[in-house]
Amino acid sequence: MEQIWTGLYLIVFSVAILILISLGLAVIFGMMRVINLAQGEFIMLGAYVCVLASNAGLPLWAAYVAAALLIGLFGVLVERLIIRFLYGRIIDTLLATWGLSLFLVGVVTTLFGPQGRSVSTSFGNIALGGTNISSYNLVLIAIAVAMLAATWALARFTTFGLLVRGTMQDPTVASVLGVNRGLMYMMTFGYGSALAGLAGAVLVPITGAAPTMGVFFVAKAFITVITGGHLPLLGTMGAAGLFGTIDGIVSYVRSSVAGEVSVLIVAIALLRLLPLGITGRLRSGL
Amino acid sequence: MTVNQEFASDAAIPPRWWWWLFVAALAVTLMVMPSYVDMALQLDLSIIFILALLALSMSFLWGYAGVLSFGQTAFFGLGGYSYAVLSLNAGVTHWPFVAGILLPMLFALVLGYFMIYGRISDIYLSVITLVVTLILEKTIRSTSGPEYVIGSVRLNGQNGIPGVPSLQLPWDSAAQLSIDGVFYLSAALMLLVYVGLRLLLLAPFGRVLVGIRENERRMELLGYDSRKFKLAAFVLAAGIAALAGVLYAVWGNFVAPEMFNLNQAAQVVIWVIVGGRSTLIGPIVGTGLVQYFGNWLGTQGIGQVTLVLGLVLMLFVLVFREGLLPTIGRFLGLLGRRFRAARPA
Repeated sequence: MEQIWTGLYLIVFSVAILILISLGLAVIFGMMRVINLAQGEFIMLGAYVCVLASNAGLPLWAAYVAAALLIGLFGVLVERLIIRFLYGRIIDTLLATWGLSLFLVGVVTTLFGPQGRSVSTSFGNIALGGTNISSYNLVLIAIAVAMLAATWALARFTTFGLLVRGTMQDPTVASVLGVNRGLMYMMTFGYGSALAGLAGAVLVPITGAAPTMGVFFVAKAFITVITGGHLPLLGTMGAAGLFGTIDGIVSYVRSSVAGEVSVLIVAIALLRLLPLGITGRLRSGL
Repeated sequence: MTVNQEFASDAAIPPRWWWWLFVAALAVTLMVMPSYVDMALQLDLSIIFILALLALSMSFLWGYAGVLSFGQTAFFGLGGYSYAVLSLNAGVTHWPFVAGILLPMLFALVLGYFMIYGRISDIYLSVITLVVTLILEKTIRSTSGPEYVIGSVRLNGQNGIPGVPSLQLPWDSAAQLSIDGVFYLSAALMLLVYVGLRLLLLAPFGRVLVGIRENERRMELLGYDSRKFKLAAFVLAAGIAALAGVLYAVWGNFVAPEMFNLNQAAQVVIWVIVGGRSTLIGPIVGTGLVQYFGNWLGTQGIGQVTLVLGLVLMLFVLVFREGLLPTIGRFLGLLGRRFRAARPA
């Protein structure tokens, strides 16, 4: 019984991590079919903002907010300066964001040095079914759920969400009806970046912040988004649920690298069957 | 699949007489070079030739077949590791040299089958190959324990495998390839692959590939199975990258997980994009230029090389999309036309 609880907890935790790191990417991909290869570096920047803010004396939650806001703004800037010129040239967007990712790693290494940094937190452990788990991990799971819920609510209940959904479904019709497509893209890119920044900040107490930390997350995030397909919420939940389960189990039994390898193999086999991802056949939705 | 408008250049044009002259002159120059330049420069040039092979494999696949694979370094690394493990186990080098090329091709065949026969879109293919490279590197890095042994060779994780043997003559294992030998071998293979690809693109196979790049659906309607052709190109490119990997292991007597590195993968893209992906000679020039520039930056000690490489990549994607050689070529062409127009008839 205890083992079942531990196993279940590990699975939920790895699903939550996957949602955390890939939701921002999925939102951007769903909206404009752009894979932001610098996603890992956006997460890294979020982590650095969090570390700097909490070193400056801000409480942890305020550091999270600061990370989300600043990285969101940074995303808007990137969209205006780079991505905007490359719409319709998907491969070029991929290359430019890859350049951006190298550039950001270089800049952060120059500014803060190659060594990692971290923050101290006051979260203890709690007992769950006989095993001790860090209560911060539960906070992390809660934040992942909150991110999903907030994204859903934003898309479902606000005017902005309505316009975004319309642009997603048919950009041409939406712009004929008077929607400012460029503005929608800019805002979505900013929102996706903010989610990445928040994810980075939330991960700091676990992983710390280092210039090359992005690489540790991006592989899984890319697989999740590609397998999820063009609907950000359903796709991320589906793919993260599947891969989180596989990853959680294999990592527990073997090692985390074995977990990643098995996720990759399953994803490639799955793409043979569903080349457009899990949600590829669905016309509309979230 | 829509018509791909990204490539302004048409299919490969049959080489004119001066191209053959150029190739011959290049061959002669490379032949006599070792008698005139010192060993350090020979070593530097050898590695540039080897990396140029890697760039050729990518520019063939990307520029002509329209498939952007970020995974060329995966095959590069696999080639090097296959050669290292097999030759250390066997004590000979001739068949491991061949196996080091064939094994990654087999891997590419399986991976390519799933991606290309699943008809995933171009961007998915690029990202999947990138992820495969990332995870291969992580896997190799995690093999530092003594339990990861193939035959009698420890994989050594982060530290790589030292003491990889140089190439020997199949009939005389005492005769090892010297620095001159490595220079000749890598120069000859680079030239061979360059000429071979150039001619392949003129053959029906190459024509079909370019046709698929331009309009995949039309080629299918004409009766060509585009998946077969794409897969063949993917596997061929993997073989060239693996050849480069084997040569790299021979050159440095060493393989390490850095061969799979994401920065390495980015560099290949940068060589190709700087040189110009719509030609085959461009990436070779791009490799030389960027390697030289990178080394120079390293010695200057001005900050991070990755920072500059990232800037270069962004700049070329945003501003000089065609790459250096085609841009210069177009400029010269324009100048020539002006000049002719200005002259009274």
